[in-house]
Amino acid sequence: MTAATGTGARRLLPSGEHAVLVECGSAEEVLGLHAALVATRPDGVVDLVPAARTVLVSVDTSRIALETASAWVARTEPAAAGSAAAEPVELPARYDGDDLAAAADALGISPDELVEAHLAATWRVAFTGFAPGFGYLVSDDWPYDVPRLASPRTRVPAGSIGLAGSYSGVYPRESPGGWQLIGRTDAVLWDAAADPPARLVPGAAVRFVRGEVGS
Amino acid sequence: MSGRLTVVEPGPLTLVEDRGRPGWAHLGVGGSGAADRAALGLANRLVGNAPHAAALECTIGGLRLRFDDDAWFAVAGAWGDVALDGVAVRPETATRAVAGAELVLPTAAHGLRYVVAVRGGIAVPRVLGSRSRDTLAGLGPDPLAAGDALPVGDAVSGAIPALDRLTAWAPVDDQVEAGLLPGPRADWFTEESRLALFDSVWRVSPNSDRIGVRLEGPPLERLVPGELASEGVVRGSVQVPPEGTPTVLLADHPVTGGYPVVAVVSEASVDRFAQLRPGQSVRFRHA
Repeated sequence: MTAATGTGARRLLPSGEHAVLVECGSAEEVLGLHAALVATRPDGVVDLVPAARTVLVSVDTSRIALETASAWVARTEPAAAGSAAAEPVELPARYDGDDLAAAADALGISPDELVEAHLAATWRVAFTGFAPGFGYLVSDDWPYDVPRLASPRTRVPAGSIGLAGSYSGVYPRESPGGWQLIGRTDAVLWDAAADPPARLVPGAAVRFVRGEVGS
Repeated sequence: MSGRLTVVEPGPLTLVEDRGRPGWAHLGVGGSGAADRAALGLANRLVGNAPHAAALECTIGGLRLRFDDDAWFAVAGAWGDVALDGVAVRPETATRAVAGAELVLPTAAHGLRYVVAVRGGIAVPRVLGSRSRDTLAGLGPDPLAAGDALPVGDAVSGAIPALDRLTAWAPVDDQVEAGLLPGPRADWFTEESRLALFDSVWRVSPNSDRIGVRLEGPPLERLVPGELASEGVVRGSVQVPPEGTPTVLLADHPVTGGYPVVAVVSEASVDRFAQLRPGQSVRFRHA
């Protein structure tokens, strides 16, 4: 199954005995395909992992053959964009991050302009990764490309709001990290005992609002 | 609940592990679970446990464990001079411990990770359906510490089998062969590098853990320059960072990665990577 199959720019790439990686033409198509696959998943499909340009489909081969799952993926049409336009998750934010001035400077705008643009944008969880509950947020309203720190911090506090590349994100817990920190939030983004445990799930809309955030 | 164990000494790293936490990758939570699945399966079968029962994974050795109640146990994976109250314990054999007996796992002589299954399984609370410690995500029960009391559960599937099972894989000290399947980004590498993957002898770096085994050898050269957008990766993925030396991802690998995956280690071979000691050599063949 090394040959590319599927419609348009979509290609199925081999990824071992239990998985196939589906490459899409755009981030938009990834979200649409992921939503459609979630809605029609056959028994035995273990994980559907959206990423920037791909969806990884992992199966339990004692329950479904990889070839069967691949055929299902190849014939699934992506759901229409924005079809699941639920209420956005609102995250109260305070913009006092250590890198706010530097990030704005790198973009040639003022810190206030950067904050206003971040507040005005409607964000969407393109995919997760890095840590449980960490969502990579994208927005059509966000034109900026922010360089990562040359040297990552060994300790980024939980709730830090960061920028990297065309993404924004919030660190669900303390960890190392190389994103430029522009602010923070008190919102709980990960709780293993909750259902779902992550506040930011793929496809969810997100807005940042000015709010009181404890120090 | 049918008994209890007490950790006398945990050694450098002893974890509770089961078959892991599949189904949460879309929220950034990886599968985790025992690094050597075959050893976990064997140890559980030897004591008549259900396949999902949780066991102890002891890296290198140094674990001392007291049975507070009578229990059956079995040790698989790494081999060493394991002893119960000073009496040698045969590897991969169900053994009866009486209340108060102490099990000692010395530094492994062969292989890297012991798996200790106790009949009934280790019954610490589950997180997202699993009792596994995920060292990358920081999920699941903390690494064992001296004085920890571990409840034994009732995850049995039948009687203790009358016959010893065959060894899953005797840990070997010399060169290991591992099967490889094509990875999603094989075409990002030069033809020469794809051949070098199979023609070279790779050495296991000391800088290896449950997240991945780093291999030292000739750098693999890219055909496609530039950055790969992060994409989902599986256990066994052979990821190649810019310096060109590959890493084989193990149980606690990140859900997504930004380095191209040139190949994927076969299911039959990936458990062996969990038992490789630093300095050991590996050769790849087509699976």
